[in-house]
Amino acid sequence: MAAPIETITADPPAEPDEALLDRFQRAAFGYFLETFNPANGLTADTTRPGAPASIAVVGFALAAYPVGVERGWIARDEAVARALTTLRFFWNARQDGGPGATGHKGFFYHFLDMDTGARTWRCELSPIDTALLVAGMLTAAAYFALETPEEREIRTLADAIYRRVDWGWAQAGKATVRQGWKPESGFLHYGWEGYSEAILLYALGLASPTHPLSDSSYVAWTETYQWENIYERDLLYAGPFFIHLFSHAWIDFAGLRDRFMRERRTDYFENTSQAVWVQREYARRNPHGYLGYDQDSWGLTANDGPGSKALWVEGRKRRFFSYAARGVPYGPDDGTLAPWGPLAALPFAPDSALLALRQLCDRYPHVVEGSRLPSGFNPTLRDAGPDGWISEGYFGLDQGIVVLMVENHRSGLIWRLMRSCPWIGNGLRRADFRGGWL
Amino acid sequence: MAAAAAQPFGEAWRNPSPAGVYDLAIIGAGPAGLTAARFAAALGAKVALIERDRLGGASLNVGSVPSKAMLRTARLYAEMAAAEDYGAHTPNDISIDFQAVMQRMRSLRRRIGDQVSADRLTAAGSDIFFGQARFVGRRAIEVGDVALRFDNALIATGSSSLTPAISGLSETGYLTNETVFDLAERPRRLLVVGGGPLGCELAQAFCRLGSQVIIAQDDPTFLPKEERDAAQILADALARDGVEVHLNTSVAAAHAEGDQKVVDLVSEDSRIQVRVDQILVGIGRAPNVEDLGLEAAGVRYDRTAGVQVDDFLRTTNRRIYAAGDVCLEHKFAHSAEASARAVIFNALGLRRERLSDLTIPWCTYTEPEIAHVGLYVRDAWALSIPVETYVMLMHDVDRAVIDGAHEGFVKIHMRQGTDRILGATIVARDAGEMIGEVSLAIRLGLGMRDLAEAIHAYPTQASAVRMAAIAYVRGHLTPSLKALRWFRSIRRAIRAGADLWT
Repeated sequence: MAAPIETITADPPAEPDEALLDRFQRAAFGYFLETFNPANGLTADTTRPGAPASIAVVGFALAAYPVGVERGWIARDEAVARALTTLRFFWNARQDGGPGATGHKGFFYHFLDMDTGARTWRCELSPIDTALLVAGMLTAAAYFALETPEEREIRTLADAIYRRVDWGWAQAGKATVRQGWKPESGFLHYGWEGYSEAILLYALGLASPTHPLSDSSYVAWTETYQWENIYERDLLYAGPFFIHLFSHAWIDFAGLRDRFMRERRTDYFENTSQAVWVQREYARRNPHGYLGYDQDSWGLTANDGPGSKALWVEGRKRRFFSYAARGVPYGPDDGTLAPWGPLAALPFAPDSALLALRQLCDRYPHVVEGSRLPSGFNPTLRDAGPDGWISEGYFGLDQGIVVLMVENHRSGLIWRLMRSCPWIGNGLRRADFRGGWL
Repeated sequence: MAAAAAQPFGEAWRNPSPAGVYDLAIIGAGPAGLTAARFAAALGAKVALIERDRLGGASLNVGSVPSKAMLRTARLYAEMAAAEDYGAHTPNDISIDFQAVMQRMRSLRRRIGDQVSADRLTAAGSDIFFGQARFVGRRAIEVGDVALRFDNALIATGSSSLTPAISGLSETGYLTNETVFDLAERPRRLLVVGGGPLGCELAQAFCRLGSQVIIAQDDPTFLPKEERDAAQILADALARDGVEVHLNTSVAAAHAEGDQKVVDLVSEDSRIQVRVDQILVGIGRAPNVEDLGLEAAGVRYDRTAGVQVDDFLRTTNRRIYAAGDVCLEHKFAHSAEASARAVIFNALGLRRERLSDLTIPWCTYTEPEIAHVGLYVRDAWALSIPVETYVMLMHDVDRAVIDGAHEGFVKIHMRQGTDRILGATIVARDAGEMIGEVSLAIRLGLGMRDLAEAIHAYPTQASAVRMAAIAYVRGHLTPSLKALRWFRSIRRAIRAGADLWT
C-alpha cells in the first residue's frame, strides 16, 4: 500500500478555509463577467487589450455560470441570457471553414475575433478546444433545466451543436484524433501521443449518435500512455499539470476505470493525486535552484512566462520562455510557477492545495492581488518586482479551472451535472470505463 | 595479375594475385568489412577484402570519429563559457580557432585510422584489393580486370548521404557528412536540413564553435524516433546553446547570391527566407547498392531498404551475406560490427546467429547524450506487451549534480509485473557510456534485481542505472520482506501509542 499522500500539519489559519476559497473562487468567476461580449456571447482568452476569444474559455464560462447562480454571484436570468447568446452565436455562425468562418464540420476554430466571431491568428480548427466548449454547453444544458422557453432553447441548441460535430472526421482516417486542421494546409501532421486532457474529447466523440469516433480510437490513444515510476511513485505520466486537471473539471473519475487503469488497480482521480505529489516533490528538490520553489510552492504547467530570452541572474545564465507547456520532472522549467495550479488541485489533494494557497498569500501579496491569480509568476527574476516577475493580466483558462475545481471540491456541482449528461456516460462506457458512478 | 591502386593517405598499393577460391570475399572495408576480415582470418579462413576508397568506411572518415572529435572541442568551449557555473572564472578572451579544431579532428582521425592499414590486415591474413568490385556470377567477383572466386561472400558496402530534392540546391552548393569535415573556415551562419542524430550533433558543435545555426526539419516533432521526454530535453539544451529549431518546416528552394546561400523555408502556412554561408544536409542515408552487379549474383535488393537479408543475414543467394548499413535499418558502426560477427559465425558454419537476437544500443552524442537500447514503449504496445517504466532523474544522482550535468534521466522499461527488461533510454552527459550496462543485462537476461545488486563505485553517474533498479525492487518486495515491513510498521505504531483496534 502506498504511503499516504497528505502528511501536512499547519497552524490554525486566520481566515477559515471556506471563506478563503470563496474569495478566490469568486474573483476567478469575476473574469467571466468582465470579459464577456454581450453581442455574441464570446469570452476573451485573456484580459489583455485586443485579446481574441478562446472557444475553450467560452466552454469554461458556460460551465461557470451555474456555479455563479448557485453561489449568488449572478442572477439566474442573466446567466441564462448569457448562455443563450453564446449558444445562438455558435449555432448560427458560419461553418464553411473558409475565410471569415467560425468553424467547419461542427468543430470551431481555437481563437475567434471577439467582435465578429471569425477565425483569427490563422489558428487551427481545434478538436480539443471544441470538446471543452461543448462540455461547457452540455453543463449549461444540464443545469438550466426549467421548462421556460429560454432554458429549453439552451438545451436544444447544446444538443444540436453537439450532434453537429463530426468527430470521426477529426481522425482523418488515422487511429487517433488529429490535433487540428487548417484550411490552408489540412490536418496537422500529429495526433495525440501520451496521456493528455483528451479523455473528455474521446468521451464526447465516442458517444456521438451522429458522427462518432471509431470504436478503437480510445484504445489506440491509451496505447501511447507512459506508466512511470517517478520519485518512487507510480503514475500515468504527463508533464504539464493542467493535463491532470482539464478532463477532471467535468468528469469525476474517482472509482472509474478504463482497461489501462484496471490493469494498474488505480484510477485517473488517484493518478492526479499522485501527480500533485510529483509536482510537490519536484519543487522540493528544485533541481535547477530557482527561487521560491518548495513543496508548498509548486505548479509547473502550460502558462505564461517572462518571455523568450536568456538572462544572467545572480551569476548564472538562465533561459526563460513566454507561454510554454512547462512540466515535471523533465521540463521545461524556467522558474515560472502557475499560482492557480495548486488551487485547481483542491479535489485531489485538499490539504496541499490549501497550504499552497495560504503560503502564496503570505509570501507573494502582489501575486494574489485582488484574489485573482495570474497565469504565472517567476520569483527568480527578482529585479522584475517585489514578488519577481508576474504575468500581465489574467487568462480565462486559469480562471475557469479554478472556478470549476473549487466548486467540485465544495459541492461537486459540475461533476453532478455531467453525470446526468447521457453523452458523457455513454462515451465513457464505449471507452470501456467501469465502476464509480457509472 | 596484380593491379596498381591507390591506398588511402597517398601510399602506392599493388593488389595481390588472387589465391584460388576464397573462403570469404568481402566487399567494403568499413566497420562491418574490417570486423569480418579480422575475425574470419583469425579463424584461419582465406579472406579477400575489397575496398574502392579508403579503409575504415564512413564511420572513421566522415562519421562518428571526426564528428566526436569536433564535439569534444565544442564541449570545451561551452564549458569555458559556463565557467562561473563551476566556480571558475570565464576566460576574458575566448577566441575560437576553427582551423585548430579541424586540425585536431584530422589528426585524431589519422591516429585512429593508422590502426586500420592494408599492411596490418595483410599481416593478419587477408588479401586486400583496392578497386570497384562487381559480382560477375553467383560465386565470382571482378575487381578491375581481376576475378575472385569465393565460397562465401559478404556485402558490406555501407551507405551514403541522401540528397533531398530541393530546387536549386545542387547549383547553390551544400555540405553532407562526407564533405563537412573538409571545411577550412567556420561558416558564420549554417543551415542544417534534417534534425536527425548527426544533424543535431553537428548543429550543436558548430553553434558552440561560434556559428549561428538553424535546424529545419519537416517532421513536426523533434527527433521523432526518440522518446518525447528525451527529445524535449535535447531541444531545450540546443535552444540554450542558441540553435534555432524550425519544426514542421521544409526547404522549398535555394539559390546563391554572391557568397551567401538564400534558402526558402516553408511551414504549414508561412514562408520565410534565410541567408546562410553553408547548408548542411543530413536527412538520412541510403544503402550503397549501385554498380555491384547484384543482379548477376542473384541478390535481391531495394534502393531504400538495401540488400534483402533473412534473420541469419543471408541474401537471396545463399552463398552471399550482407552486414552493416547496406542491409540494416539502424546504421551504426557498432551494429555493422555486430552483424558482421554474426555473418562469420553463420557463413563459416560455427554456429547459427540471428539478427533478431542482437541487442544493439545507440546514442546521439549531443550534450546531453541520448542513448537507447531495446524496445521503446510504443514498440512494446505494438506487440501488446504492457510496460511499466522506472525512472531515475539525473538531478537525484550525486555525481551528476557534482559534475553540473543533472539534466536527464535513466528510464528502464519493464514488462509489467515481471523482472524482464524490455529496453531503456538514458539522457545524460555520458549516456553512451551508461547504456552498456542495460545492454548487457538484456543480452544476458538479467533483471532489475540483478542490476540492483551490482555495486557501483560512488560517486558515479552510471549508478543512476542501479538507482532505477533499486526503485523497482522497492516496489516489488518479496512476500517475506513485505511481511517484515508490515510487522515493523505495526511495531512503530504500538511504540507511538496507537490504538490498533479503533
